[in-house]
Amino acid sequence: MSLSLFLIQMLNGLQLGVLLFMLSAGLTLVFGIMNFVNLAHGSLYMMGAYFAAAAYARSDSFIIAALVGIIGSAALGFAIERIVAARLYARDHLDHVLATFGLILFFNELARTIWGASPYYMNVPQALSGTINLLGISYSAYRFAIIVVGLLVALGCYVLINKTRVGMLIRAGSSNPTIVAALGVNIKLLNAAIFALGAALAGVAGLMSGPILSVQPGMGEPILITAMIVIVIGGIGSVRGAFYSALIVGVIDTAGRAFLPMILREFLDRSTAQAAGPALASMLICIFMAAVLALKPQGLFPVKNQ
Amino acid sequence: MMMRNKISLSFAAVVVTLLLLVPVYASAASEPFALTFMARVLVFALAAISLNLILGYGGMVSFGHALYMGLGAYAVGLLAQHEVTNGWVQLGATLVVCAAVGLLTGVISLRTTGIAFIMITLAFAQMFYYLFVSLKQYGGDDGLSISARSDFGLFSLGSPITLYYVALVLVLAALFFTHRLVEARFGMVLRGCRVNERRMKAMGFHTLRYRLSAYVLSSMLCGVAGLLYANLTGFASPAYLAWTVSGELIVMVVLGGMGTVFGPLAGALVLLISEELLKALTDHWMMILGPLIVLVVLTARRGVYGYLLDWDAWRERKRVAAAAQAGKGGQP
Amino acid sequence: MSGTLEINQLVKRYGGLLATDHLSLSLGAGELHAIIGPNGAGKTTLIGQLGGEVAPDTGSITFDGADITALKPAQRALRGLARSYQITSVFPEFSVLENVALAMQAHCGHSFGFWKPMLRQPELVEPALLAIEQAGLTHRARTPVSELAHGERRQLELAMVLVAQPRLLLLDEPMAGMSHQESGKVVQLLQSLKGRYTMLLVEHDMDAVFALADRISVLVYGRIIASGTPEEIRANEEVRTAYLGDEVLPV
Repeated sequence: MSLSLFLIQMLNGLQLGVLLFMLSAGLTLVFGIMNFVNLAHGSLYMMGAYFAAAAYARSDSFIIAALVGIIGSAALGFAIERIVAARLYARDHLDHVLATFGLILFFNELARTIWGASPYYMNVPQALSGTINLLGISYSAYRFAIIVVGLLVALGCYVLINKTRVGMLIRAGSSNPTIVAALGVNIKLLNAAIFALGAALAGVAGLMSGPILSVQPGMGEPILITAMIVIVIGGIGSVRGAFYSALIVGVIDTAGRAFLPMILREFLDRSTAQAAGPALASMLICIFMAAVLALKPQGLFPVKNQ
Repeated sequence: MMMRNKISLSFAAVVVTLLLLVPVYASAASEPFALTFMARVLVFALAAISLNLILGYGGMVSFGHALYMGLGAYAVGLLAQHEVTNGWVQLGATLVVCAAVGLLTGVISLRTTGIAFIMITLAFAQMFYYLFVSLKQYGGDDGLSISARSDFGLFSLGSPITLYYVALVLVLAALFFTHRLVEARFGMVLRGCRVNERRMKAMGFHTLRYRLSAYVLSSMLCGVAGLLYANLTGFASPAYLAWTVSGELIVMVVLGGMGTVFGPLAGALVLLISEELLKALTDHWMMILGPLIVLVVLTARRGVYGYLLDWDAWRERKRVAAAAQAGKGGQP
Repeated sequence: MSGTLEINQLVKRYGGLLATDHLSLSLGAGELHAIIGPNGAGKTTLIGQLGGEVAPDTGSITFDGADITALKPAQRALRGLARSYQITSVFPEFSVLENVALAMQAHCGHSFGFWKPMLRQPELVEPALLAIEQAGLTHRARTPVSELAHGERRQLELAMVLVAQPRLLLLDEPMAGMSHQESGKVVQLLQSLKGRYTMLLVEHDMDAVFALADRISVLVYGRIIASGTPEEIRANEEVRTAYLGDEVLPV
């Protein structure tokens, strides 16, 4: 195993990590503040990708596509919050699960109806289609761009949450929602805004994944489940936890898929390694989550509740 | 306090009677599809009954119960692939595997509550989904064909009518078992934990062992449903473990009436029949089913059977009030 | 040696806040000891540590000569230490009888019974009916809790705590939210229990406290500033100062 292969996989892990973070951040905020289980978050990711892909096909400008994707998913998030979610905050989690499950079915079928069941291909933007020289290796410029965007988004979240008034309300709402309402803040608007922000982040993750994964109905759920694992490991409600946990999970998953089959081939015969490798790799994240929960059921960076 | 003319009981009796007559109708009207469809309803009803135990009564929102259906199906498939078609062996394997996986995942999942529990159960099911997809020698993504059905000696699940009646017997037995369980010591502890686990602990109950036991029992029963399902379809597939299946099971439990004995059967009937009707209407039936589910959640909380029970309770209150009025007589 | 409690130098910090400040207290068997104090004094934290839901940072709790500091709530309950809650924690979907029988069930062997209905088990139902009678709720035994008035639910809380014949009762504001008439009934009930059970009573209702308590301790900022008989407390200057404007001590 060469150094350059190792570095490439580490960078890929980082890239997956920041995508997972963008998806997890909105999810964990909505969990932590409104105590709302939003399974349809994967649908927002998917719709962001579709909006961007469709706009890209029509305009040939990635910038326009990105804007359409972000605004589209934010608007969709806002609509979902006002029409469905807001009515269910007082209800228990089971109702959230069921309602958002219904939304998933709807959006997957909607996507299938509008854009068809086959993958919708989205090209890597011309400007980023080459490679760049990084740490002595050649790395995909587009993937590097994802890392940069992801880290910038993470930085933006940090500034928003820790350095602004809105962020203060978010942090307060995270540990004590009733007090925030008592402060005379327009709670409805704040909730809708948080939801829309999370949706926008999911949309960014979706549109950026477009060129490297396939845009198809149902693309949101597998990565949503990984995002949920990220949140459980990081600590529900903690954006900081989501960030570190997303990076860890991203690296473990990527490295696992790349290196585990290789390592297994040293010990087992070819055919068993062929079968066991991918299986174990996909189970790796779950096993890691189980291990974390065994030691710290509240996650690695839990939000301290009053 | 047995009341005559309980609507909920009448409803249940009618449903059971109709279910008993389905094979008769199917052969008389030459509609084999009716038989296989209703058998499918019964299989999912069994799975929903198992979920109702921990979800409806125990308050544990497991979004990964399809895992156990899948395990049951693959127990049949894998054994059949290796020429083991003895139904009792397959049943034994199903129960053991489901109990083991249930115990392992339960021990980890039950360390958490609420949102985390939902997500973890979902994650575990997904993990096994990927596992079965990667087992290329057993069909992988395409699934595993099962040519020889389970042979239980006295009967074989190869005959559709036998399969149907076995499923029906199991469903009725499971309903009766639930009925006894929820008023017995174990059921009362489970129900108490759903409402206020903190209080239960303060009262002296070691709640984890009861919740875990319920979870394992539930997983074993769900595995049996999977065994039946594999025999019904002649197939074992990773798709059986999909999160959508887990979601549908939850819909059945809630739609039918959470925490009622008959609810899961009513829910399975309503959901699967609705799906068939919608499928006949349009290819894009999920675009209608999705919002329908949302609507049901927003408006109808008690589920079909739950409403019948509420109706009975309301009628009883009116009867008691009327009797009290009559007792006071026509005195001014 | 039945129901004695020794609290030794208990400390609990929440960040910078010292909720329990080296608290020591002794309860003799059969004693009714009341804890009073202004809001925020740390009464709930103290009960939480005694019940086992909150772990103290340092210090020890000894119950009938055995150190129970590390024991969880369920283990303490099984040793005879029962707790009632300030915010009613009963089971609304069950009837009064089912609630109390369930409370008994925890002390009556294991609960892996899958067949026989709980209400057909005399070892559970008989003690339950007795406790319900003690709490004055016999006429409501079969009523679902959702139909009970607030005061009746507080009575149910007490029945649930009494049914398994505990040795020590931790009573967290049993009269919270009650009307004068309702709290009178509870005072009568607690009066009837005096001597048979050791009781630690946290309460704001001063009439009740001074009518019932053998001894009173005053908790302020996590520390006990005074401890003694009701007369001693009534006369204590520090206590009067702490309470000036908060409560009026009955004369």
